[in-house]
Amino acid sequence: MKSTGKRILKLSINGTVHECAAEPQALLLDVLRNELGLFGTKRGCDMGTCGCCNVLVDGQVQMSCLLLAHDMTGKEIETIEGLFDVGDPRGLHPLQRAWAEHGGSQCGFCTPGFVMTAKALLTEEPDPSEERIREALSGNVCRCTGYKKIVEAVQSAAAEIRS
Amino acid sequence: MMVGTWVDRRNLRLECQSHLGHLPAHLRRRTRYHLIGWFKREGVAVIREERSMSSDTLKLDEDIRGRKEEGKPDEGKESGVQRERRYVGADRPRPEAPDKVTGKTLYIHDLTRPGMLWGKIKHSEHAHARIKSIDTSRAEALDGVRAVLTGYNTPEVRIGFLRDNFALKRDKVRQYRDEVAAVAAISPEIAQQAVDLIEVEYEPLPAVFDPVEALEPSAPLIHERDALGRPREDNVLAMECGHESGDLAAARERARWIAEGNYRVPVIQQACMGTAGCIAEFDARGNLTFTGKTQIPFLAQKDFNQALKAMGLIGNNARVVVPALGGAFGTGLDTHCYEYITILLAHRTGRPVKMLMSREEEFAYLSPRQSARVHIEQGIDEDGRLTHRKIHVLQDNGAYASWGATFPTVMLLPVTSLYKVPVVHYTSQCVYTNNTYCQAMRGYGNPEVTWAIECNLDELAEQSGLDALELRKRNCNEPGEVTPMGGKVTSCGLMECLEVTGKQLAWEEKRPASQAARASDSVRKRGVGLASLIHVGGSGRIYRSDASGIILKVDDFGNVNVSYGGVEMGQGLHAALSAAIADGLGVTPDKVFINATDTATCPWDVGTHASRGAFMACNAALLSIAKIRERLLAFCAEGFAELLRKNIQTLSKKDASFEPPTIDIDAACRPDNFDILDNQVFLRDQAHEPWARVELGKVLRAMHFRQGGDMLTEPAFYDPPSDLPDWRRGIGNMSATYTYGTQGVEIEVDTETGVVTILRMVSALDCGTVLNPKALQGQVIGGIAQGVGYALYEEVKMQEGRITNPSFTDYKIPTAHEMNFPIHLHYADTYDPEGPFGSKGAGEPGLVPTAPAIMNAITNACGIRIRSLPITPEKVLAALKQR
Repeated sequence: MKSTGKRILKLSINGTVHECAAEPQALLLDVLRNELGLFGTKRGCDMGTCGCCNVLVDGQVQMSCLLLAHDMTGKEIETIEGLFDVGDPRGLHPLQRAWAEHGGSQCGFCTPGFVMTAKALLTEEPDPSEERIREALSGNVCRCTGYKKIVEAVQSAAAEIRS
Repeated sequence: MMVGTWVDRRNLRLECQSHLGHLPAHLRRRTRYHLIGWFKREGVAVIREERSMSSDTLKLDEDIRGRKEEGKPDEGKESGVQRERRYVGADRPRPEAPDKVTGKTLYIHDLTRPGMLWGKIKHSEHAHARIKSIDTSRAEALDGVRAVLTGYNTPEVRIGFLRDNFALKRDKVRQYRDEVAAVAAISPEIAQQAVDLIEVEYEPLPAVFDPVEALEPSAPLIHERDALGRPREDNVLAMECGHESGDLAAARERARWIAEGNYRVPVIQQACMGTAGCIAEFDARGNLTFTGKTQIPFLAQKDFNQALKAMGLIGNNARVVVPALGGAFGTGLDTHCYEYITILLAHRTGRPVKMLMSREEEFAYLSPRQSARVHIEQGIDEDGRLTHRKIHVLQDNGAYASWGATFPTVMLLPVTSLYKVPVVHYTSQCVYTNNTYCQAMRGYGNPEVTWAIECNLDELAEQSGLDALELRKRNCNEPGEVTPMGGKVTSCGLMECLEVTGKQLAWEEKRPASQAARASDSVRKRGVGLASLIHVGGSGRIYRSDASGIILKVDDFGNVNVSYGGVEMGQGLHAALSAAIADGLGVTPDKVFINATDTATCPWDVGTHASRGAFMACNAALLSIAKIRERLLAFCAEGFAELLRKNIQTLSKKDASFEPPTIDIDAACRPDNFDILDNQVFLRDQAHEPWARVELGKVLRAMHFRQGGDMLTEPAFYDPPSDLPDWRRGIGNMSATYTYGTQGVEIEVDTETGVVTILRMVSALDCGTVLNPKALQGQVIGGIAQGVGYALYEEVKMQEGRITNPSFTDYKIPTAHEMNFPIHLHYADTYDPEGPFGSKGAGEPGLVPTAPAIMNAITNACGIRIRSLPITPEKVLAALKQR
């Protein structure tokens, strides 16, 4: 890949506009991690096959390893860091709380991607069936849990958000 | 009639009216279910049941033992550390969960060092070839490159337990992934560009990819010389592991039915979600700090110290620091070429160097799980009792020796000890080929050989007409048994596991019904099957020491800082350990802080493998806790009365209605009258009086800030009661205890497409006391998911030694979609005398019997028997055609 020099770009991430410099071919994943220090978004495969790098772009779940950072200007990007209130360590999003309570994280590497996928699902469908949850999560790979506790976490968070 | 309070082993308090003064010994530590059954028979009336939280039940539970300290059994009662359980056994979130769900956990991928360079490796383009020349000039000339290393410009760093591998290869390559050169540059992109500019000229050599062909006298030699420079004559690894007990000829005579067969398992990938990586850096004195994905920090330290010596850094030390792992599953059990290369690059450049594998690189260049070919013969007599088991295992080792080569040592356990089998003949062979070299993965040889044993048992059942579940029951292991290899069975719930699995599957109706329906015209055929397991439950002694050290440090604020050498890799070690410490010491789990694993600050530990994490860590912690409590309570005998007087003064000032105690405080402060609970030290006989309680931190400050002050830091070293087996003879009690289990499954086979669908599963596990139900559920169901992958989908495909499916697109791992079936979990009601709180290891068993259970169900459904994994639709269709 030939470098053609960095260009300034503005990204709206978790409600804040960040200005940074990135090469034209830079991936959103790399800019989030290397330029903005948002390490919560994980690199699991680089090929759009594992879901570890999932973020929300205008509310839609997307794999940030397949997106060019410069294409993201004017869009609202949401990452795992945007889900909880930094000032209040107990201020976890219902999905994060449910993930912790149900043991949805084991090694935890896949967790941010799963949580973002689940958030997009629950925004669209507040009361999804188990089958629908499994279908929505089937683009994310977890090697530790066998998915049961992940599905339970999504169900439990959905119930909390609805109530 | 009298009223008594009894506490069951899950901490439920039962208040009962009874004519009996105490609970019979055999009912202690049993569950409510057992207690109630006994009460009914004895006419005991239960007045009240509640979760016990108050301190007056302290004397009723007898869980934590101080006996290790004395070296004698059952002296826990005198040790002063008998406590109720609040956190052990409870469904508590893991301590690391908040960081993980918010993305705060830092893995090797997220770490960086000032001035850090990036390393990349040039791999071989041949499976077997002489290296004629390496031209690095264009790479060296590239801007941003800081070092280019080959085997010719670096010291020879030999690695592997047979010392047959080299960090960077000289003279020849023996597999596609062989490391021939490496680069350090200011960015990973530049490092990769430089690697692409390195030109290597090879002279291809004849190669061998099949382990049977590799045994032929005409096969090309992979290694011409051994580590000592002596010429080699064949490709067989110089290792012996076998077992011979009983008279095989006589057993064959005795057998009424004999079944034999050849079973195969493929190479599979551990596929951790966090790929492999490390950072190496040297200080000005030549000492190394290595931060990386490992499960064996202390053995890695030893390996790296040897490398430092080879690099001329005599007397220097490697410090190994373990970040959050992102999964390991065995990948971290050995040290790897890429790690040594990173160390060489850091040393050459004088800068920190990071190496990180991409997913594709991890698939292609990291050692996967070893394949195996198993020939098995088992026989049963007229009554369905096993007469003998004869097994030969042939392993394709690949080009170099790593721990995959030692799978036969762990196979010894199921081979000799799964079910009662009086005559065992076991031989194993591991042979070099030009395939990728392999190493450990969860289960470590056990799933490979259990696949053969459990499928073959069903073949015996089919032959003899005996029901497959009944056959297993007749040969079931039991407590008190000594297995042919010398395994001492201290607790065993296998019979319960078999019974529960049978019941949950509706075995008695479904098994014969499915068999009868085999001949029907229906396209979709259903069947049920099951398989069992034995695994090490009290660590597995495969090294000179099988110990774990721990240091507990209680600070001025009542926090407990824990330094433990084992590794949390997602299995729930920290959840189990913090609960054990909280319950053992009498603090709340939020006061327990477990430090990152670091060889500089933690005591030695052999490694996190063999399902040993929680078993070892909790046992070590209980030893340390016994010492801390003893010292703390000894101080209280001198200093607590004064603290109580201050308490009384403060309370009197605050509250006019407070009535000072009338008892003799000095007399009440006797050593046996103290306890700790909820971060407070208190007088047992005044447990409900506010004046009689002092915050733990306050007591520690009093102990610290005085003439001749002292602080509580206690190391402990736990070495389990087990033997290092004699591998050649296959004799020795390799684990302090053994875990058992049975898995059952109901499947449906589409006979037109060959697709196998799992309808439901049952997992019954005998792992003693459950330390954390959610964490255990994750280990069991997570294991089952890997077992389902092993059974139906996963295989690293190689074409003449080159891996052809290095991605999640081409290498299928079960997702939430495939795992869409109910799983019934059951835990046998056992209590292991050596286990912490009665528990046994449970990390690996989940995937051990899954594949044979599925295959046995497929046979039940449609009468076919596939003997090689994975059971793909193509294989199913081919077998159906042949039927």
